[in-house]
Amino acid sequence: MFKGASNFAGSIDSVFLYITVISLVFLIGLTIAMVWFTIKYSRKRHPKAVQIKDNMKLEVAWTVIPLIIVLSMFYYGYTVFLPMRDMPDDAMLVKATGRMWDWTFEYPNGKKDRVLVLPVDKPVKFDLTSADVIHSFYIPAFRVKEDMVPGKITNMWFIPTIKDTFDVFCAEYCGQRHSFMITHAIIVSPEEFEQWLAQTDADSDDHPGLIIMRNNACLSCHSLDGSKLVGPSFKGLYNSPKKLIIDGKETQLVANDEYITRAIYDPDAELVKGYGPKLMRSYKDVISADDMVQILDYFKNHAPR
Amino acid sequence: MQNTNYLYPKGLKGWLTSTDHKRIGVMYLIAIMVFFLVGGILGGIMKLELAQPGQQVMDAQTYNGLFTVHGIIMIFLVVIPGLSAVFGNFFLPIMIGAKDVVFPRLNLLSFYIYIVGACIAVLSQFAGSGPPDTGWTFYAPYSLESDTNVVMAVFAAFVLGFSSILTGLNFIVTIHRLRAPGMGWFKMPLFPWSLYATAWIQVLATPIIGITLLMIAAERFLNIGFFDPTLGGDPILFQHLFWIYSHPAVYIMILPAMGVITEIIPTFCQRKVFGYQAIVISSLAIAGVGYLVWGHHMFTSGMSDLSRWVFSLLTFIVAIPSAIKVFNWIATMYKGSIELRTPFLYTLSFIFQFMIGGITGLILGSLATDVHVHDTYFVVAHFHYIVFGGMGFAFFAAIHYWYPKMFGRMYNERRANWAWGVVFSGFTLLYFPMFILGLQGMPRRYFDYLPEYTFGHVLSSIGAAVLLTGLFMMVHTLLAGRNGKVAPANPWGGKTLEWTISSPPPLENFVEVPTITEGPYEYK
Repeated sequence: MFKGASNFAGSIDSVFLYITVISLVFLIGLTIAMVWFTIKYSRKRHPKAVQIKDNMKLEVAWTVIPLIIVLSMFYYGYTVFLPMRDMPDDAMLVKATGRMWDWTFEYPNGKKDRVLVLPVDKPVKFDLTSADVIHSFYIPAFRVKEDMVPGKITNMWFIPTIKDTFDVFCAEYCGQRHSFMITHAIIVSPEEFEQWLAQTDADSDDHPGLIIMRNNACLSCHSLDGSKLVGPSFKGLYNSPKKLIIDGKETQLVANDEYITRAIYDPDAELVKGYGPKLMRSYKDVISADDMVQILDYFKNHAPR
Repeated sequence: MQNTNYLYPKGLKGWLTSTDHKRIGVMYLIAIMVFFLVGGILGGIMKLELAQPGQQVMDAQTYNGLFTVHGIIMIFLVVIPGLSAVFGNFFLPIMIGAKDVVFPRLNLLSFYIYIVGACIAVLSQFAGSGPPDTGWTFYAPYSLESDTNVVMAVFAAFVLGFSSILTGLNFIVTIHRLRAPGMGWFKMPLFPWSLYATAWIQVLATPIIGITLLMIAAERFLNIGFFDPTLGGDPILFQHLFWIYSHPAVYIMILPAMGVITEIIPTFCQRKVFGYQAIVISSLAIAGVGYLVWGHHMFTSGMSDLSRWVFSLLTFIVAIPSAIKVFNWIATMYKGSIELRTPFLYTLSFIFQFMIGGITGLILGSLATDVHVHDTYFVVAHFHYIVFGGMGFAFFAAIHYWYPKMFGRMYNERRANWAWGVVFSGFTLLYFPMFILGLQGMPRRYFDYLPEYTFGHVLSSIGAAVLLTGLFMMVHTLLAGRNGKVAPANPWGGKTLEWTISSPPPLENFVEVPTITEGPYEYK
């Protein structure tokens, strides 16, 4: 679990070790002194305290020596940190976007996925941003983390060094399903990666409408299996009767093309009964008319009933 | 002669309208202990939810509201006012030989502003569109978008800020104007010194959080784009403004705690404080440099790389004055005549926990290591070691130290020592595993977690149950102390002025204002 799997992990772990070992020497030493004094100079054994004058030399010593030690800690941490901020030019660029509550990784050839697949031993740099609130892109095994800030692009880079699957967490609190905003970094050989990268959505067995929704994190709030997440489930959506709250009044209508389009473009206008406002943003500028056709086709003909 | 102390005459109205600093201190004590227990129980419920992976007793939204209200109560209602409002109010005037603070009516007003702020904070949980779910940090743009009752919670923090500013102002002027004849600055005891450094932070830093919270309200109601990028604002600006206050606020919590510890050690060691001047200077240095380190909360925020290393450097420098204090405390024990009573047990555990909180702060201050543990359980553990293991244990030390003076009775010390043992073990079991969880990569503010983090969470939840048990033992022992033995004026052999007057103190503290001729800790 502590295993490091990036080019930075080894040096970062050495800084951990350096600070921890020195600190432990102080912690253990001072704790022993404290306990030992309490026993040795207890009132029973030592009824009369000895008054000791202040000692300027001692004060200076225990100011200057710790100062030198902590400055060395700063410097070590700083030198290891510097290369982390120095983005190499030859690295592959992945555009990573966080949104409530899922991830999209976009590769140089335009391929998008919610899972991060990378070739081992090759540098990769990230343009990070967010579509809504602040998220933080965190891969513990790689010892890297950087916030994803809406309206801004932040950067990060590393070289994965071990072929395996690693957890990717959101580390900045982002609302209701923050703790479920988890994906994986799958590190594969360069050949496998090229193969994977060449597969387009067209090769996928999944319906294009489903892929569009997955890439827009729709499924992190709307399940396909009927379970209730933040929003109502998509299971059996098409042609089902929906109890809606419109302008505070309860209405019932059937989920047809027009209703589903309105629900995606202006979600707060017609709320499904039992679900609150302001939980979903409008996807008017995000999902194009062509994509909408695919989504509607998916709901009509392919979605689980 | 018996009923001339400040506790008489009895009667609720007399208490609620009293401008006596001692009565105001006791009223704060009651309010803060109540909020502390509420916040603690809420924390316990969180640990119940986290005892196993998956959903146990509540859904995610409830959990998010719960850690928000736990944070708001503990930060704004308990630890920020904490020691200053309770023991500062009660003992500052006595320790400098004054009859009261310089503005007694302003002092009572501060108390009522605190109560109003507290009521608004409680109301924000029940009124409007549901309990706030932003965390006590109110990070934008989430706090601007969340549909919950954020504005009322923000307003509560705004109101509470005024209570803090006015108390700080009152203490600064009191210390400047009301010291007893002969008490030069360097003859003043160290608890008042720490309150003095704290008061300056309260006065100078709190307005910044006030204006920031107003900006959030303006943004929500008037759509002025300070922080929301869709309105042209910058969310990182919010973090800067928030931490410019909230980092110094950590020193508002911990400086008076250090002051309390510096009073207790010489009393139970019967020794003059070692390095009086070094401790004074380090208090002022913490207050000064503490202003300039807020950026270490933002090493992964997308802030510029230059700011990252400058803030890292300053953070390491602010560690030094705290270390100096620890060295001086332990040096004061050397060749003392040490009596291991309840307040001293809390003091020793304070030093131990404060050291752990401090050295884990070095790991968080170092750029390379912070990136990994930032926003994980490591931060949660570090923070609770400083604020609870530090400020909280200093509060417990203070209440056991000054209880006989405040109420004129002794609690049952055997029971109090048992309670300490349970509190200390529970604390360690609750928070220490969080360091390991954090190193393993467990992010904070997670309603649920992956199975590999289960062991640490289970230990931590057991610790929470032990800790709560210990806290109730402690509170019960203190409450039962009302009927304890009558306490003498100076039960521990202390040297500062509060031990020269009767227990409980008379209405205006001193029959005759003392004249000071020597330093505060002149043990012979």
